[in-house]
Formats: sequence, structure tokens, C-alpha cells
Amino acid sequence: MYRYDEFDATMVNDRVAQFRYQVERRLAGELTEDEFKPLRLKNGLYLQLHSYMLRIAIPYGTLSAQQLRKFAYIARKYDRGYGHFTTRQNLQFHWPRLVDVPDILAELASVEMHCIQTSGNCIRNVTADQFAGAIAGEIEDPRILSEIVRQWSTFHPEFSYLPRKFKIAVSGTAHDRAAVKFHDIGIEIIRNDAGETGYRVFVGGGMGRTPYVGLEIGRFVAREDILAYLEACMRVYNEYGRRDNIYKARVKILAHQLGADEFRRQAELEFAEIKKTGTLQLPERELARIAAYFAPPEFEDLGDEPPEFDAALSDKDFANWAKTNLTPHRAKGYAIATISLKAIGATPGDASADQMDALAQLMDDYGYEEIRVTHEQNLVLPHVKKRDLPAIFARLKTLDLATANAGLITDIICCPGLDYCDLANARSIPIAQAIQQRFADLERQHELGELKIKMSGCINACGHHHAGHIGILGVDKKGVEFYQIQLGGSGAEDASVGEIMGPGFGKDEIVDAIERVVDAYLKLRMDGERLLDTYRRVGMVPFKNMVYQEQTHAAY
Amino acid sequence: MPLIKNGAFAADPFVFVPDGRAFPEDTGVMVTLARFQGERENLFAHHAPVGVRLASSENPEVLKSDLHRIAAIAIEFPIFRDGRGFSWARMLRTRLGYKGEIRAVGHFLFDQLAFMVRVGFDAFEVRQDFRIEDFTRAMGEMHYVYQPSADGKKTIFDLRLGK
Amino acid sequence: MPAPASQMLTANRLRDGQVLYWRQGEWVPELAEGEVFADQKAADAALAAAARFVQGNEVVATYLFDVRMDGARIIPVKEREIIRAAGPSVRRDLGKQAAHVQV
Repeated sequence: MYRYDEFDATMVNDRVAQFRYQVERRLAGELTEDEFKPLRLKNGLYLQLHSYMLRIAIPYGTLSAQQLRKFAYIARKYDRGYGHFTTRQNLQFHWPRLVDVPDILAELASVEMHCIQTSGNCIRNVTADQFAGAIAGEIEDPRILSEIVRQWSTFHPEFSYLPRKFKIAVSGTAHDRAAVKFHDIGIEIIRNDAGETGYRVFVGGGMGRTPYVGLEIGRFVAREDILAYLEACMRVYNEYGRRDNIYKARVKILAHQLGADEFRRQAELEFAEIKKTGTLQLPERELARIAAYFAPPEFEDLGDEPPEFDAALSDKDFANWAKTNLTPHRAKGYAIATISLKAIGATPGDASADQMDALAQLMDDYGYEEIRVTHEQNLVLPHVKKRDLPAIFARLKTLDLATANAGLITDIICCPGLDYCDLANARSIPIAQAIQQRFADLERQHELGELKIKMSGCINACGHHHAGHIGILGVDKKGVEFYQIQLGGSGAEDASVGEIMGPGFGKDEIVDAIERVVDAYLKLRMDGERLLDTYRRVGMVPFKNMVYQEQTHAAY
Repeated sequence: MPLIKNGAFAADPFVFVPDGRAFPEDTGVMVTLARFQGERENLFAHHAPVGVRLASSENPEVLKSDLHRIAAIAIEFPIFRDGRGFSWARMLRTRLGYKGEIRAVGHFLFDQLAFMVRVGFDAFEVRQDFRIEDFTRAMGEMHYVYQPSADGKKTIFDLRLGK
Repeated sequence: MPAPASQMLTANRLRDGQVLYWRQGEWVPELAEGEVFADQKAADAALAAAARFVQGNEVVATYLFDVRMDGARIIPVKEREIIRAAGPSVRRDLGKQAAHVQV
């Protein structure tokens, strides 16, 4: 993984000193809250329902054991003993004190971490495929470009006061695990007919009030041109994105209003100018230097069916876990292991300090350099020897980290919602937990197969509900928590925005309603279809009919 | 309003003249884009040095053919979070090669100053209580920069390559 | 027939983000100890008086919210304020509720 050189280290240290001074000025009254708020947001510090909230950047979701340990340390010393992994591969602490934040930032800087640009109208954390470097068929490790973009976008003097936030994601394979088409800029790494590696650039995807799938703007951008191309797109947005209405200020609005052809035309005008100056051409030497950090570890020459693994399959628990939480690795004898943070009844995406420390210890014991955070709020050990899996599973079990539900109905992506968030309209976590309890039976979960439920507590869609096979949106209906169901969203390369099913449900009805959706799927499905596939085949009407026919609405 | 130019308080050679008001004598004037476009030759002939004050939505490209005669361009920040001015300043310095004063006016934060200098601003209309030490401090908070901009400062990428 | 809504005033303490409630010119941590205003005039006056704590950099984000009385118990009208006064409904060990003795 990337290691800071003296320049990167100085950057984060300078930033800590800068923020420390800003906090001092705030506490002394030299800055009003109005003046301080944009500054603290640029360091990921929000004021939420109960407390401040601090969002730590985890660049492209990659963490070392040392960094994980530092999270545990901060959680215990400065927070309430846990952290929350988010849908942008970041970590949130929900109870920091303002006066402690400069010290927290200093602790993070000591392990090459920061909270830079995790909020505010600037370029945010660049996210990437959580299986980077481990999955077969990868054209290039997407984290190389992600790191380059991270550096280029950090304290960018021209693009730090954009009309609105800006999110970039990178995928290195045809199957998109990074949801690039739902980002302001999504980059797909591709190869052209000549075998050259280049980038397909999508602009204008997004969730929120008005979800959109991104438009293809750059068909094939050459490696050495990518920063210039991104800069060109950003410039068009900064100059012409709407400033009059925050609900129309994302680049998705501009891009779809102009249309792909016109946006591309404007971007390419800018790009031509930037390219001429040569200032953003990526030198091969720097590209190679950064790429070297992402070289995979030396893989041993191992058999693909180790006896330890095969023997362990007779244990039902292990077999279930292996079925859903393992993904084939590009190297024989290895596997990618997904650690679910969705234990039944736990808070989705939360990990305690003890769990973090124990995982760090596990990483050290097995010599794992990295652990990954997924945008579906789970963790991944990317390079696990299959023969070690039974022992690792046993260990994860003791930590309550062995839930065998990756990609199943109880693997629910869920924002903190009204239990924590100042912006929320409804609670999300207890609904997710209730759904989990309803479907806890593992056999039933397997019968349903891959079923991605995504839930948000408000229209800001931090739970990515538009991209859920089943999406749930919490709303406030005349002061009461109410839930709307959407069907047919997908964040993969077949990106689609879910369709609203119909009138919403109260909190005592929503779980039954979800169960009726699931029952409808079981009745309608044909062989091998996931719920998403069935929905795409039959449309909304059959689902809607079955969900609403039997239930009674309280009249409002 | 106090003016900072090149890192120190400076006298302001311009008076901003709102649309419709008469021009004072013996002083440079700064006018809105609309007024400049309407009274260009008169301004250059009788009221030099001439400055143009752009609103945040106004693209400086429209001044392209007059840049060699305009002594200063003020770019307005109606509110600090309207960051269009950063792109306009960069465009003036880099693409259009403007050599005159680029001045930030309106509402902006001390903490934006370093970015403003990077993109090409060299003058700032600041609050009455602004301290020059804060300007100096703002310039020195970050040792390095990652990306190239109008200031031509060496980036970390350059330094890594030993440039 | 539920009692009509009255108002209370809340804010966050600047230095640590702690939720606070207004009581007669000062701030208390517990909703139950906070002041329920007699009428809109009193509520508005309190909000205005609270401005000096904002200017004095002690609190931020002051606002009025609705409550109803159930006997002596103060119950916020909105779920949001109930949660804000107690703590996350999904973690009873966190927030102000953690300090309460369960009856």
C-alpha cells in the first residue's frame, strides 16, 4: 500500500497545525461559527444530533494493521469505543469533542491518515474496488490512479469551493464493485484494441434527491492525460455548475442539462489547453513509483484444494461462510475473504475498538499488510491462503465477525439515520435490524440468494438506497417516521436507479412489507434469477400488487 | 476598505464607481463589466488607470482584447463558498496571460488566501480589522503543493523528480 | 385530548458538542431539567437571550422545539428531539440515557 514520503507527511502535519490554529481562533471568538463551519467541514468535522462527528478518510478503503490499531486507540481515548464504516469507505467517530480534534488529527497523521476533504464542497475521498489487486481479470489496480487523484485533488487551489461536493470512484475490472456510474466522476480502467491501458470517464452520476447514472464523457483517455482530463471536467463544473440552489448544484445537474455531447465538447476544449501547457502530464517515473506501492505480495505456489480447507467444509458454519464470504482470488490457493460487519442485530458497519484491535492482531499474526473497507460497509482481507481460512474463521467467530451473510438479504447497507444524524428524517438502523431478525434463518437467506437492501434515513441517500435491489428511504410524514420502498436499483456496471413502488409504510409495517416483496420474488422468479433480475423481467406491477393487496394502510 | 497588495497594506489607486455615478477626477476608476463595455474608450482616454470589477458569474474571457490596457481586474466573491473566482483568476493569469492586478473583493475567508494567491490573485480588499500578520501566516501554513497552478510553484511531483 | 405544544430551547456546547437545554438564563444537560416556556413570547425572549452565549462562543445551533406535558413529564413532539434528549435508540449504553437509572 502507499507509504507517505516526506512531502506527504509534511502535508498532513501542516494541516494539523492549521486546524489547531483554527480551533484556537474559534474558541477565542476570533472566528464565528459561520466562518468556522466551512473550515471544520474541510476536516470532516460535523455537528450532529448528539455530538460532533469526525469522518476519517480511508483512501480507496485500504488500511494497515497499524492504522486499524490507531482507530481503536482513538475510539477508546477520545470517543465511545467504536467506529462506523461508511458507504464511501471512510470511518466515522460519532462522539469526539471539538477541543480534542486537533490531537486526534495529530494521532492520525502519525500513521499517515487524515480527515482532509471528507466534507465540504471539494473533491472527497476517492473510492475504489475493494478487491483491487486480488481479483482476476483486473486490468490495472485502481488504487494507483486513486492515489494519484488523491494527491492531485488535495488542497487544489482552484477546486476547493465547488458548487457542491464531488465524489470520484475508480474500477479496474469489467464488473464494477465501486459503483462508478453513481459518482460525480466515475473512472473505468479499460484496454483499447491496441492493448493500451486507458480510462473511460463518466460524469454526472449521483444519488440524493435526483439520482442519475453517469454519462460517458471520456471514451478512452490515455494514461498520461488523465489528470489533465479530470482537471478539465472540474473546471467546467466549477465555472458553470449552479450556485443558486443547493439541490441543483451537483455536477449531475449540469451534465444532464448540457447533455453528454456538450459537456464533452466543453471539457475537451479545456483539456486541449491544459495538455498544451504540459503541466499535468503524468510522468512515467512518478506513475511507476506510485504503482510500485500497489504491487501485490509474492504469492506462494499453492494447491487450490488444500486439505485443511476441504476438511473444514464439513463444519456447517464454515461451509456457509465459505459459500458467501469468499471470492475466488487470482492466485491459486488463495481467496478473498469478506468480513461482514452486519451481525444480526448489530449496528450495520460498526466495529468496536476490541474488534479493530483483534483484527489488527490477526493481520500481524498472518502477515497481512492490508485490510480493505468496502462501500457496502464490510471489511475484506484480500490475500488469504485457503489453508489458513478455517483457523481465521474460527478466530473471526470469537470476535463476532464471522457472520455468513455477504451479499445476502441481511447484509444491509444502512446509514446512521435519525439515531445519530442531524439531517435524518427517520431512523434506519432499527429497521435494518428488524429486517435482519425477520430473515435471520440462514437457509432462508440462501434461498433468496444475492439480495442487496440499501437504506437511507433521508433523501441525501448516504445509504445509497437508489442503488439497492430493494431500496428503503425513511421520510417524515406529518411528524411520523415513514418508509418508502424502491425496487430494481443497482450500483454495478449495469447501473440503474430503483423505482418507487408506491405509498410508504409506517415503522410497524415496513418489515412485513419487505417480507411481502420477498414473497413476491419467490413466487415470480425463474431459475437462477436474483430479485433484481426478476424485477427487471416482470416490472413493478406484479410486486406492487402482491405487496399492497393484503395490507391495510392507516388512513392519514 | 483596506487593500493588501503583494503581502502588505497598500494605497488603492482605484475608486470603485457604481453604475450611473459620475467619475471622480484625478483617480483611477474601477467599474462593472457592463459599464466598461459601454464606456471603454472614454475610460481609457480620461480615467486611467482603469479597473474592471467582475461579478462571480462573469467570465473574464470577454475582456480578452483589452487586457493589455486594463490595470486591474477585481473578481467578486458574493459569498466565500462561491468559488468561481478561483477559476476566473487562474484563467486570466494562465490562459489569457494577464499581467495586471487581480484583486479579490467581497466575502472570503482568511483561510482561502493561500489558494487565491496560487491561482493568481495578488491584491485583496479585506475587513477593517484584518491583521497583516494573518496574511503572512496564511501564506506559510502549507509548505508544499501537489498540483500546478498559476503561481508556477514547484509541485511535490516536480520535487520528487528532482526538478 | 393531549395538551397543546409548548416550546423549549436547545443548543450544543461549542467545545464538546454536548446537547444542552435552556433553563432560566443558563444551560442544563438534561431535557427533564430544562425550562418549558409559558408562551411564544417567553420562548422568543429566551432565544434572543441565548444569543449572548453564541456570541460568547459557548454554544452553537440554538433553536426552539415543541414539547407536550404528560403530567410532570416533558415529552418532545418530534422523534428527533426524543432521540436527541436520550441518545441513540439502538445503543442504550450511549448518550444521556446511559447515565439514567432505569425505573
